[in-house]
Formats: sequence, C-alpha cells, structure tokens
Amino acid sequence: MGVLTSSVDHIDATYLENRRAMLALLAAHEEQLEIVRGGGGPRYVDRHRARGKLTARERVELLLDRDSPFLELSPLAAWGTQFHVGGSIVTGIGVVSGIECVVIAHDPTVRGGTMNPLTLKKNLRALEIARINRLPVVNLVESGGADLPTQADLFVPAGQIFHDLTQLSALGIPTVALVFGNSTAGGAYVPGMCDHAVLVDQRAKVFLGGPPLVKMATGEESDDEELGGAAMHSRVSGLSDYFARDEHDCIRIGREIVADLNWRKLGPGPIGGPASVPDEPMCDPDELLGIASVDLRVPFDPRDVLARVVDGSRFDEYKPTYGTSLVTGWASIHGFPVGVLANARGVLFMEEAKKATEFILLANQIDTPLVFLQNCTGYMVGRDYEQAGIIKDGAKMINAVTNSVVPHLTVIMGASYGAGNYGMCGRAYGPRFLFAWPNSKMAVMGPQQLAGVLSIVARQSAAGEGRPFDEEADAVRRAAVEEQIERESHAFFNSGKVYDDGIIDPRDTRTVLGMALSAVHSNVVEGRRGFGVFRM
Amino acid sequence: MWSKAGAASASSGCDPLAVIRKLLVANRGEIASRVMRTARSMGITTVAVFSDADAGAQFVSDADEAVRLPGVLPADTYLRVDLIVEAASRTGADAVHPGYGFLSEHAGFARACADAGLTFVGPSARVIELMGSKVEAKRIMAEAGVPVLPSAPADDLEAAIATVGFPMLVKAAYGGGGRGMRIARDADELSAGVEAAQREAAAAFGDGTVFIERLVEAPRHVEVQVFGDLHGTVIHLFERECSIQRRHQKVIEESPSPAVDARLRDELTQAAVVAAKAIGYVNAGTVEFVLDPDGRFWFLEVNTRLQVEHPVTELITGLDLVELQLRVAQGEPLGGDALDATMRGHAIEARLYAEDTSAGYLPTSGRIDRLRVELTEGVRVDAGYADGATVSTYYDAMLAKVIAWGPRREIAAQRLAAALVHAEIHGPATNRDLLVAVLHHPEFLTGATDTAFLERHQLGAGASEPRTEHLHALAASIAASQSRRTRSPLPPGIPARWRNVGPAGQPVAYSVGDEHIIVDGLHVEGLSGAVRIVALRPGHDSFTVDLEIDGYRLPCRVHLVGDLAYVDSALGATTLRELPRFPVPELEVAAGSLLAPMPGTVARVAVTVGEHVHAGHVLVTLEAMKMEHAIRAPHDGVVNEVRVSAGDQTETGTVLVVVDTTGDTVS
Repeated sequence: MGVLTSSVDHIDATYLENRRAMLALLAAHEEQLEIVRGGGGPRYVDRHRARGKLTARERVELLLDRDSPFLELSPLAAWGTQFHVGGSIVTGIGVVSGIECVVIAHDPTVRGGTMNPLTLKKNLRALEIARINRLPVVNLVESGGADLPTQADLFVPAGQIFHDLTQLSALGIPTVALVFGNSTAGGAYVPGMCDHAVLVDQRAKVFLGGPPLVKMATGEESDDEELGGAAMHSRVSGLSDYFARDEHDCIRIGREIVADLNWRKLGPGPIGGPASVPDEPMCDPDELLGIASVDLRVPFDPRDVLARVVDGSRFDEYKPTYGTSLVTGWASIHGFPVGVLANARGVLFMEEAKKATEFILLANQIDTPLVFLQNCTGYMVGRDYEQAGIIKDGAKMINAVTNSVVPHLTVIMGASYGAGNYGMCGRAYGPRFLFAWPNSKMAVMGPQQLAGVLSIVARQSAAGEGRPFDEEADAVRRAAVEEQIERESHAFFNSGKVYDDGIIDPRDTRTVLGMALSAVHSNVVEGRRGFGVFRM
Repeated sequence: MWSKAGAASASSGCDPLAVIRKLLVANRGEIASRVMRTARSMGITTVAVFSDADAGAQFVSDADEAVRLPGVLPADTYLRVDLIVEAASRTGADAVHPGYGFLSEHAGFARACADAGLTFVGPSARVIELMGSKVEAKRIMAEAGVPVLPSAPADDLEAAIATVGFPMLVKAAYGGGGRGMRIARDADELSAGVEAAQREAAAAFGDGTVFIERLVEAPRHVEVQVFGDLHGTVIHLFERECSIQRRHQKVIEESPSPAVDARLRDELTQAAVVAAKAIGYVNAGTVEFVLDPDGRFWFLEVNTRLQVEHPVTELITGLDLVELQLRVAQGEPLGGDALDATMRGHAIEARLYAEDTSAGYLPTSGRIDRLRVELTEGVRVDAGYADGATVSTYYDAMLAKVIAWGPRREIAAQRLAAALVHAEIHGPATNRDLLVAVLHHPEFLTGATDTAFLERHQLGAGASEPRTEHLHALAASIAASQSRRTRSPLPPGIPARWRNVGPAGQPVAYSVGDEHIIVDGLHVEGLSGAVRIVALRPGHDSFTVDLEIDGYRLPCRVHLVGDLAYVDSALGATTLRELPRFPVPELEVAAGSLLAPMPGTVARVAVTVGEHVHAGHVLVTLEAMKMEHAIRAPHDGVVNEVRVSAGDQTETGTVLVVVDTTGDTVS
C-alpha cells in the first residue's frame, strides 16, 4: 500500500495563521462546551445534588464501563436559539457492560429536564443513530415532560419518540429505561415503550396524570406514590421490571440488563481481529490545526489530512490522474477498511462526479464503508459545463450516494456549499454520522456569492421595471445579507440546528471516526448489489 | 557393580549398606520439599504424607507418591505414628525422614520405624529419649565435662539458692516455648515464681515439674551443628547464632556467630563434640548453648533433628546436610567433605512468617497470590508454598526461609535485606518489614545481638508514606485500566476515557488499611504534581508501570488478583483493595415486615412474639395452589408482631410477621 508522505512547514505564514485561528475557534467551542457541561448552572445543579441526586453526566459516567470513551452527540444543540445550549439532554455512544450503546440522559437541572423542539430533534437523532447502526439504547429518564410554552412546535412531532422506541424493539434493538425521577404524561411512555424498565424507589414518578390532573378528571384523591411510584410499578402494575433502592442501584441493574443482552455485533469488525493494534498515522495529527484553511477560499490538500487520520498514513489512491479535484482511495482507520472521497480543489466537475460515482459503486461491491471529507463549493457552473451535462453527471453522483447502502461517514472540514453538500453526503443523504470541524461552513452558497446573486437579481428586477437602482441601499442590503449568511453558515449555528452530530477538534478526527466505524459495525456492513459497476 | 558394592561394604567394615530407595517424608511444607529435593538428586523415590488441609500443597506435588492422612489437626495427621508407619508400608518405603517439628523428636516414632524395619533418618530412639528430658540431658553433659548452668530441683528452695545463686530462672522440666518460665532475683520472687511456673507447666505440658537454673543476663543463643555416623565418628560443622527471637522463636539465624572468635569457636565446638560423643550421637544434631557477654557458655539442650536454620551451615560449608543425613542413615561413614569441612564467608537466614507483627505476632492466614523472591547473587529460598496456595491456621505460618550468603557478614545482611525488600509477597500480612528493619539495624550490623533484641527495639511495620500509597494506587489504577482494555468492543487505539465534551469523571476508590484513596484517571486525591506514564508493559500476569511525577521516575510492579492490587516498587509494597463501584445497597426490608407473596392460606405459624430468629429461619408457611411456601426471616432479629394465625386467608401483600432487626423493643 502507498504511504502518504506529507510534511508541513511549521513556520509557513498560512500554516501559522490557520493554526492560530483554529485554536481560537476551538477555544470558543470549548467555552460553549463548558456551558453545556454546567447543565442548568450552579444554582440548579446544587439544588439537584442537595436532593441526593446525581447529575445527568454523573449518571452517564456511572453507566459507562470504566475507561469507556464517550462520543457525545450534538453537544451544541440549541446553540444560538432561545433554548439552553445542549438542549437539556445528553446523548452519545459509549460502552456499557462491554456493549456499545446509545445513551440518552435527560438533564433535570435545565428547566426540569423538559423537552423543547431542539431537545426533541437531538433525542430523535440519537434514536436514529441507534436504529441505523443497530445500537442498544439506554434512557436515563428524569424529565418534566414538554416545555409547555413550546408545545405548538413540539407536541405533534414528539410522538415520534415513542414510535421510534418501539420500532427499535421491533427491529430487535434493545431499549432500556432507567427512571430516576419524573417521567410523567407523555414521558411515562418512555419506560412504557422500552423493553426493560428500572424505577428508583421514592424518586421515579411514572403516571399519565398526576394527583391534580386526576382530581380534575375524575375527582379521585391520590398521591404520587400510588399513582406512579417505583414500589407500585414494581409490585402492582408491573411496569417496572426492577425496583432500584437508589440511583446507584438503578444504574447497577441497568448495567446488568445490558450485560444479559447477549449482544453480538454483526459487522466484520477490524482487519486482524479485535486484538490487533493498528498502527498510528506516520504524521502528527496536531498539524491538522495548521493544515485546515480557516479562509475557505484557500484550498488544502486532503492527502495532508489523510496522512494524519488513517492507519500508518497508508492510502491507495483510485484514479489519481483523473478528475483530480476529488481524491478517492482506500485506507483503514483503527483497522476498519474504508473508501475515502475528499475534495481537493473545492469544485466538482464532470470527471469528479463520474469518478465519485464509480468509486461509490466499487465500495458497494466490496462492502466497504465510505468516508466523505467535505471541502466543497459545489458543482461547476457555466455554459460549457451545462452544455456538457454537468447536471447529469452530478445526478449520477447524487444517485450513487443516495442508493449506496454501505455505511457513510461525513466530516465537513471546510466548505459545504450547494449541491456539493448533497453529492458529498450531507445530512439529507443519511450518513450514519456527520461531524464538522469548527472552521467549516455550510450554506447554499458562500455569503459574498449569495449577497451578490441577490444584488444582481434586484438590479435586473429594477431594470426590468425601469426603476432606478439604489446603489447605496444595495450596498447596505448586501452587507446585511452577507452578515446573515456568514452567521447562518457558521459551524456552531448548524450544529445548533442538529444538522451535524457535533463539532469536533480536527485532532480528534481519527478517534471520532474510529468510534463511529466501530458503532457502524454493530450492524451488518453490506453494499448494494444488482447491477455491475458502471464505467462512466 | 557387584564388586564395587562389595568393596564399599568391606571398606566400611560394617553391615552391608541399608541403601535407601524410597523415602517417606513425615512432614509438610518447606522442609518436606527440601528433603525431597535432595532425595531426588540422589535417585531416591519420595513419598509424601498429607493432611486434608495440605491436599493441594506444593510438597505433595513435589513427591513421587503421596498418602492422605485424613483430618486437618496435627494430632489427627502428622502426629499419628501408626498412620505414618502404615503409609510407609503401603508405599514400600524403606526409610523415613521426620523433618523438624511434629514427630522429629519423638522417641516412640523412631522406635516404631525401627520395629517396622524402616530406616529412621535421625538418631536412635534411646538418644532422643535421653535428650528429651532437660534434667537428664544436663546431668549427662555435666558428667561428660560439658559446662552446664548450675541448677537444682525446686523442692528445696534454700538448697537451690545455695547451689544456683541469683538471678535464677524457674523452668518447666518438660516443656519449652517460654511457658512455665519465671525469673527470680530474690527469695520472695523465687517462691512465687516456682508456684506460678508449676501451675503453668501443669496446664501446658501436663506435668508441673519445674527446676531452677542460673539466669544468664543478656544471653546469646549459640548452637553447634554436629554429625555422627554409625562408625563412631562425630564431627561438628561450626556454630550458628540464633539470638534474634520473638516469643522464644527464632526469626533470624546466622553462621558464623559474630560473637564467636576462633578461640571460643574451638571451645564451643569441642564441647559440642564431647556432648554428642557422650551419648553416642548418630546423624544430624544440634547442641545449643547459652553464651554470656563475657564469652562464657553453658549447655542448654540437644536438638536431635535437622534444624530449621540448617541452610546457613550449608551455605558456609558447601555441604548438603540432608544428603549427609541420608548417607549416614544408610550406614555410610562420614566422608572427607564433611570431615574436612571449612567455613567460607557468612550466611544469614530470615524466617518469613505470615503474621501481624504489630498485633503481637498474631498469625495471619489466607491465600498467597504470589510469593516470589528473586534469586540474586548469594540468595537461596526454601519455600513451602506455591502461588495460589492458602496459609491455613492449622500449622506453622512460616511461608519461606530466605537465606543469603556473602563473603562478609555485612554483605550477607545487605543481600538478604535487599532480597526481602524486592520480594513480591502478595497475600496475608507478613513479618517482612520487621526482618528488613532488623537487618538494617546498626546494632544488628555490629553484631551486638542477644535474645532480647526485639523486645528492646520496637521495630516493625513502619507506617508507609501516604505519598507511596498514592503513587501505588495510581499505578494500580493504570494497570487495572490496561487489563480492562481487552474487554472493550472498541479498537484498542481509541484512548481510554476519551471524551469530546469535558473530562471523564470515573473515580476509583481503593482501600489501604483504614485509608481510602481516590484515583480518577491520572489524578489522585492528595497527590500533587504532573504525572506521566513513561511505560506500561503487561507481563504474564502482572504489569510494570513506570510513573513519572515532576521528573521523578518510579517503576512499579502491579499484580492484580480480583479486587486486590499488589504494588511493589523501590518505595515498598502496598496492598490495595478496589472498592466496588456499585456498593450493594443494604438490605432494608421495609420496617421488617414480611408480606405474603401471593394469595393463600396460612398453614403454620412457626414463631411467637419475642422470639429471636436467625436469617433463613422459617416464620410462616403459606399454602397456595397445592404448594407450600416458606416465609423466612430475611435477617437476624426479634419477632415483633405476628399478624396471622393458621387457617387465615391472605392476599398478596398481607403483612404476616414483623421482624425487628435491632431487638431493642423486646429484650
């Protein structure tokens, strides 16, 4: 196999500027994560602890095996919205009793763990990741239910949580609910829909209607414990399979339940079996900080990235001299074989689109997951290209990406504009995981281009109507639009909308992809068959 | 071959050799293994006898054949003359080696062996019998001209004062181990001491006879190894000093004695040879003397067996004493190697005991997960336990003898101390730290030892530094983390505890003695400094963790067994117990109420109010669906209420009986 030799000049001005800017972005990211980790803030966390309760993150830490890594998903959910960054819920993938699971934990220190539209989006994404990757789900439940002021945007779609939980069960993917506190009204269906439920004594409250509602509905006098306490559900209703004496006991029982799942991963697993230790890249991942462009107009060579991500920096490039604006080839990450598609010079031409299509078909032939490294400004425009059928070639690539069934993993390491986002397996194309570097930007096009397009359209419209064109107003409008698009294409903004599964430190790319690939191998790893590989 | 045997027989001028082909070792532990090692090297087949407690012991697997002695108590097993002689005849053994302790100085056993036609590897029954009585032994020695302490019977105290003089020691005539002993410095103390000693001796040995002897102040215990053959030759193999004792048991022994110069050695060894000759001694024996600070010595007793501390003599003479014993028992004359034995260098032995030195040398017991002493230059180990063996409370708790030889005494002491310090002793508490403290003690190093050394110096397990324990806890946690790696379904290259949001928080608590140490990743509560793992090497069943903290590098060896972590490093040894991550919640049956698990009829009520019950005690029997269900007490306690009687119908959840845990209400 070919080994990428990649050296960077540590005193190069661009390298240093990239590095400085990336570190600043990472610091800003870390600042947000600090807020996320703090849950509802010291006041609410202290009050929660004073009640003898563990925080959501402490519950997760206890649930995970000792030393287990934890790939937290959508940590910046709700960033830039009226809601608390993090979305009042913690989701991620970690190892419980030797089994990779999706963990979903309500954070009761943020508005009582109530669910808002972004909480829902984050929760559903975690359930989706569990479903498409066949990962057991453990819910750590303590939620006040719907964030009532937002019910209009929440109530109807929220039904999907229960739908998805029972769908997982039907697919043979185990679901566990560990109930530490409130799980009322709609929330009561979480333990109700899960295969296994454990309720904590004196803490868990699982009922459709609490005492006031019951009083209003039927006039019956009742208390929390008899309506939905752990003792009642464990001895009378049978909703609870296990009665936990306290939170630790509950987590201990939850771990035993997972241990008893007799879970087997279905993927072939890494080359050389689980015991072999794949070699690290030959180049230092720290250098990724200076390699990735912060000014997205400056392209960078994705081979320099691959040299710092893949095993032993080994990379066998496919069609290296054809369609050179897109790099394709074979490598392995933590022992998992992958096919890589990475943008080299932003634009996709006809050759790149056809090369990508063939490569995706080849990966499906050999059941190999694909990694998309996006730094793409879109498909080429212009008379010659339109006439040569760039739409048809782009369509081939989008067709291939859509109908490929090997696992796709996407990392946005720079630009993600236009149909390039689609062709390179953006969110709408169902990648198993999608992560973004903090310097990345995602929008229909670049801010200047978008503002410029709007300006041209406005100018044409004025000309058409015979009105004079107000250049001054146009300049103001252009600046405003540019500013808006700049803001809306920011990585944090898109992460806040749960358009990715999280922003990652470029240096962690190898680890994140390794965990994602391992998760992916919980399910079968198989390509689509039927036609042969079309030579485009 | 035939002519050679004939020649040997002719040269000895004695009966044809009673060649030993199969040897039964009537002992256990390290000495059984030790004897078998030599026997095997001589081409002799070996037979072990073992109690039920020793069924899996090392010495049993060391033997070619073994015979079970049912039971565990010495009186039922290793002290059973009949069973051992029977075992010898069952296996066709032609000789018996008694080792030390148990039946080694039991005249009846020697006689029973002889009667059964077995060669007894030791002196004759007559000699054992003579030397068994201290009074008789002293009389014989005094007659032979061996210096003995003035003594007198305890029946006439006036006369005793006149012959012996103060200070005096009142001693049991048939006993040892310090029981039935009293010091008297005047007439009043004497009469009180005699009474007390008689009482104690009667209780301990079944014979209250005591006698009075001159007390030697600041005495040293010096003994001479002697050897006699069937042809009348008696030799000595120099002296050993065994003054470092605790509760009258030797802990550290050495040869030669630092208190004995060439002139004194001549006197001592000649006295010992005279003593052995006086009783026609055959085979290995030890003549014990008490030596006073002025170099005067008196006969104490003869040990008619191989001593525990014989290896020090072996190391300075290069002889194998067990081989000599077996050859002598076969009727061979003592050869040139023994006759011309010389001393070379110095050897010191330390007895490693499973005991709690700070709790009055209380024996400890339990599983030995590992006992490993590196055989560095000059070091020898005679051990009786294999890794994974259990130290039982039935027998002596000596784990091993560690012996070091050096060209000079201080080198031997240093080698022995180092061997002990670096040993991996993973199991019950031992006296290792005490042994090391003695070997490092300036007074010991100058040779100024006497039998009161350990009483004078309160040595022992110095509390280990908190910093050591913290570093060891960190090493343990790192090793445990490494050992868990194989259980992860994730690729091994994914860093442990990796987080993309914030640091991991998975503290591990260890208990060390009464202390708890919390480790979270590379952070240890109470330990400051930047920690780095320099190297982490998994071994066969343990790990080497090289830690670096603020530039100080410490390689630690970590052995993990269940929730135990044994950590050894240059700073010492620490045993840590990892506390459970999820403590099992206390059983709290709500207010002690026992509820009916199903609808049914009370068949019987087996308890009444106020009755004390134990966990598992049947309280009520319910009949339901043609089956009887016993409702048992979940814990010890007192029955506070009985809510049902026979024939009552119960629903699910009906309270049947209330059992109070404390029992305060009814007492």
